[in-house]
Amino acid sequence: MLFLSYLISGISLGSIYAIIALGYTMVYGIAKMLNFAHGDVIMVGGYICFFACSYYGLHPLVGIVMAMVVCTVLGILIDRFAYKPLRQAPALAVLITAIGMSYFLQNSAQLLWGSGSRVFSSVIGKGSFSFFDGQLTINYLTVVTIVVCIVIMVGLVWFINQTKRGKAMRACSEDKGAAQLMGINVDNTISLTFAIGSALAAIAGVLLCSAYPLLNPTTGMMPGIKAFTAAVFGGIGSIPGALVGGLLLGIIEIFAKAYLSTQFSDAIVFAVLIIVLLVKPTGLLGKKINEKV
Amino acid sequence: MAKMVPLPSRGMVPERDIGKAPILEATHLGIEFGGLKAVDDFDLTVGRTEIAGLIGPNGAGKTTVFNLLTKVYQPTSGTVLLDGKDTHGMSAIQVNKAGIARTFQNIRLFNNLTVEDNVKIGMHNHIKYNTISGILRLPKYWIEENRAHEKALSLLEIFDMQHLAEHKAGSLPYGAQRRLEIVRALATEPKLLLLDEPAAGMNPSETAELMDNIRKIRDTFNIAILLIEHDMRLVMGICEGIAVLNYGKIIAKGSPEEIQNNQTVIEAYLGKKKEG
Repeated sequence: MLFLSYLISGISLGSIYAIIALGYTMVYGIAKMLNFAHGDVIMVGGYICFFACSYYGLHPLVGIVMAMVVCTVLGILIDRFAYKPLRQAPALAVLITAIGMSYFLQNSAQLLWGSGSRVFSSVIGKGSFSFFDGQLTINYLTVVTIVVCIVIMVGLVWFINQTKRGKAMRACSEDKGAAQLMGINVDNTISLTFAIGSALAAIAGVLLCSAYPLLNPTTGMMPGIKAFTAAVFGGIGSIPGALVGGLLLGIIEIFAKAYLSTQFSDAIVFAVLIIVLLVKPTGLLGKKINEKV
Repeated sequence: MAKMVPLPSRGMVPERDIGKAPILEATHLGIEFGGLKAVDDFDLTVGRTEIAGLIGPNGAGKTTVFNLLTKVYQPTSGTVLLDGKDTHGMSAIQVNKAGIARTFQNIRLFNNLTVEDNVKIGMHNHIKYNTISGILRLPKYWIEENRAHEKALSLLEIFDMQHLAEHKAGSLPYGAQRRLEIVRALATEPKLLLLDEPAAGMNPSETAELMDNIRKIRDTFNIAILLIEHDMRLVMGICEGIAVLNYGKIIAKGSPEEIQNNQTVIEAYLGKKKEG
């Protein structure tokens, strides 16, 4: 029974990683860059929701929508001012800019909102479902997290495959030059990708802070790195890969904490990543890249 | 075969297009790459419904001309008028919207997308619904997507490919991929279609079929076609006007008969006869 309970919390944590990983994987798939500032967008989302709900006493749903709107705009602005001027620059320059952007967001948050931790009150009411005469309890937040993740996944896959903007995104991820010559605005498509990724980061931020209620300017760091790991784990660039990678990472982390060692849980998670990449360098669902010789 | 009317400087527009504004007028077009003139002083006029050919030995700069016309490169000199409009400073997207579409020498399809979706990518700017209607699946989305679906299938029908609509583009045989590139370019509703070696790698019967289809496309859509091709049977068979490029410069222009008998062209392809 305990095992089942661990498994469910693993899936719940993994769902959050998966939602964050989507942002990494989509941006990588289309802009071919690693947006290390993505984790800090989560933190901004958390703060916006915190202020909306705890300061101004707005309804949690309003808080979530506000967080999404602010993060979407933030994502577009980050791309417009930090990354767009570097489209033709070497990958290393973009990577360093992304790291710089990450610190910029953290320090801005510190300046604006102070470095102290704030206690985030969950947007989901306390309470739980009970099974097997109370031997297994699942709280509402866990259920909501998993459901939200499923809804996002289904919606996103549908969007990417069935709408013209989604198809344009796929076309750009394959061949930007050809897409442009077919009349597709590649810059707008990249902006849209950042917008979607950042809106999802806001949702992930709210869910994350609801589960782990301490909010400070570096809150986004660790989940960001783990979600990036999840994206690589599943095969970066692949949307189903982000889901699989996120869930597995979450489950491994919870199991490692429960059965092996709480202190070493992160080390174990990353060790598993290393092993997977040794065996399958493109990640679990990553595509093989055929180099032309 | 349309009769050529000689015009002194820019001369090879078929008779039926005389008196109408040409679709394409390139004058003194050129580009330098670090001092190397890849294309120099390139003049070409293409009539409204002409099938024109651009030929020349390997490395002559033919694909570079296509890249200049489609703004993959910005020309360093000269002007390009498309349907009378100066394309100076336009981006690749803008010239595509203005009416130039192309295929590629090395096929550049979106391999992981289905055949139908490749065509729909070409139709991107003609499918009219915004992202919000797309996400919420408002009626506008369904109307436009259904229209796009019908249109994509009717375009695929030109090459009798509608049964392949659900296949991944990357899984098609080579010849079909070349044909799909033409369909995708047509989906952008061009006034001028640029084909970069459409018959490359095709066998003689496929090439013959392609020739019929190129004529059919011109007749159905009433557009101009400019093609680069090494297969002389195709070029001489369907082109009404031909321009020959060598070392980035035009060395001859005229009807297929004129080109075939042009001494400079023969030398460019085969080399000079040794004296004495």
